[in-house]
Amino acid sequence: MKQREPDPADRPDDEPMRLRHSGPWLDATAPDGDVVISSRVRLARNLSGFPFPRRASDPQRHEVIEAVRRADWPEALAPGLIWVGLRDSSAHERDLLVERHLISRQLAQSESPSAVAVSTDESLSVMVNEEDHLRIQVLLPGFRLSEAFGRVLDLESHLQDSLDLAFSPRWGFLTACPTNVGCGIRISVMLHLPALRITNEIERVRRAAKDLHLAVRGFYGEGSESAGDFYQVSNQVTLGVSEEELLEEFSARIVPDVIAYEREARRLLAERSPVLLEDRIHRALGILRSARMLGLEESMKLLSRLRMGTCIGRIDAVPLEMVNRLFLMVQPAHLRTVAGFELDDDQLREARATMVRKTLGG
Amino acid sequence: MKCDHCDKPAVVHETVIKNGEKKEIHLCQAHAASVGYLPDLQPLDKILANFSPTAKKAAASPACATCGMTLAQFRQHGNLGCEACYSTFEKMLEPLIERAHAGGTRHVGRSPRRSAERIDLRELRMKLVRELDEAVAAEQYERAARLRDRLHGLGEGGAASAAEPASE
Repeated sequence: MKQREPDPADRPDDEPMRLRHSGPWLDATAPDGDVVISSRVRLARNLSGFPFPRRASDPQRHEVIEAVRRADWPEALAPGLIWVGLRDSSAHERDLLVERHLISRQLAQSESPSAVAVSTDESLSVMVNEEDHLRIQVLLPGFRLSEAFGRVLDLESHLQDSLDLAFSPRWGFLTACPTNVGCGIRISVMLHLPALRITNEIERVRRAAKDLHLAVRGFYGEGSESAGDFYQVSNQVTLGVSEEELLEEFSARIVPDVIAYEREARRLLAERSPVLLEDRIHRALGILRSARMLGLEESMKLLSRLRMGTCIGRIDAVPLEMVNRLFLMVQPAHLRTVAGFELDDDQLREARATMVRKTLGG
Repeated sequence: MKCDHCDKPAVVHETVIKNGEKKEIHLCQAHAASVGYLPDLQPLDKILANFSPTAKKAAASPACATCGMTLAQFRQHGNLGCEACYSTFEKMLEPLIERAHAGGTRHVGRSPRRSAERIDLRELRMKLVRELDEAVAAEQYERAARLRDRLHGLGEGGAASAAEPASE
């Protein structure tokens, strides 16, 4: 297999970089979309009879990829599945997949045989040979956990006809890291919590999450900061609890509570400090419409304020769908794809500012 | 400092903040072990026994019969090598898993749709492979021969025979 040079100009319209499609989490009409960006349910599974990826030889990893590819993937649950061998894709393509939340940074950096399968609408992605043989995720916009949950478990149940999964009655589904053993399920929601951040209430959310054994992470998962006031909340316990209990805890308690808390914080901000709030929102819009150079972190921060302004009806000129899309388009690999060539840091900041300015009519 | 639960000296000291309240915990070795701390701390005589050259070999970090993974390697990067590692390192994993899952010790979620028989067979095969290794290591050749016959009787396939040690 040949390693292609990272040259985005090479194939700007190629799969799976369907930039004309929006990512599934950009839909502005999604339920509770003012606070919940996306709902994600991910299963960790391993094939019986093969060492876990880290311990497997390259031929064994290839065998796993082949077995998974040959499995019966029902079109109804996995529409238009496209397989990408990560060794065959450029660094740029892998970055793009990370920015679209389709693969993890860990998989993007892997030098051993690994693959990803993505459905046409990008709501389903299957990582092969990341930490486990299989990481199957369904990602939907807004608060749609039950739907994501149902779809991913239906798909996995279907796959059992063609794949023999590693399982023990005592420990459940066996995963490379014992912290995922049991259900091997990770339920998570990406939340936009600007008002809780401004009012410093976010620490209270963090503490409550910790007491409930939940992890709170940033926009790009493990190790990433809460850029743009995005917080990803997910379960950590997977043993001694059933899949349905976890879903119930998230759907009936955790997520509705945080949604209510953020909305209340937005309402109080508007009521008690209307001028401060308006200033923050319009100042953000002003900079986004005027700046000639924008860093990633700065643009995420300003877009977060703009998003809040749009959600609480303080900004009419910018639709929510546009703001959501900008969060994706300001990411480096997306800017490089649009430009069609490699950009250094300064060029990246300039391209970002130009794109944002044009989009917002500055 | 004495243990919170008895008069022995405390060897584990931890500050826990829960619901905004700070709490200090001091535990002796026995009580610490009973709640899951220090799962690997051995009595001093056992540790010292390991320094004798013959004992050292026998007590060396056990390796998984299926994939060759050692305990030291697991400690290094936190990932197990294969499904059989869960049986090989079961005793060591128990307290660790319990802590990671807020006290969860058994799977209560869904099971794969395949028959329980196949699971039992696979586990039996892995158990026999382990016992065979032990018998060979202990030079119990008659026992080893019996185990080998039983393994052959189970037929081919399954985790123990399908997974070959990974090349490093």
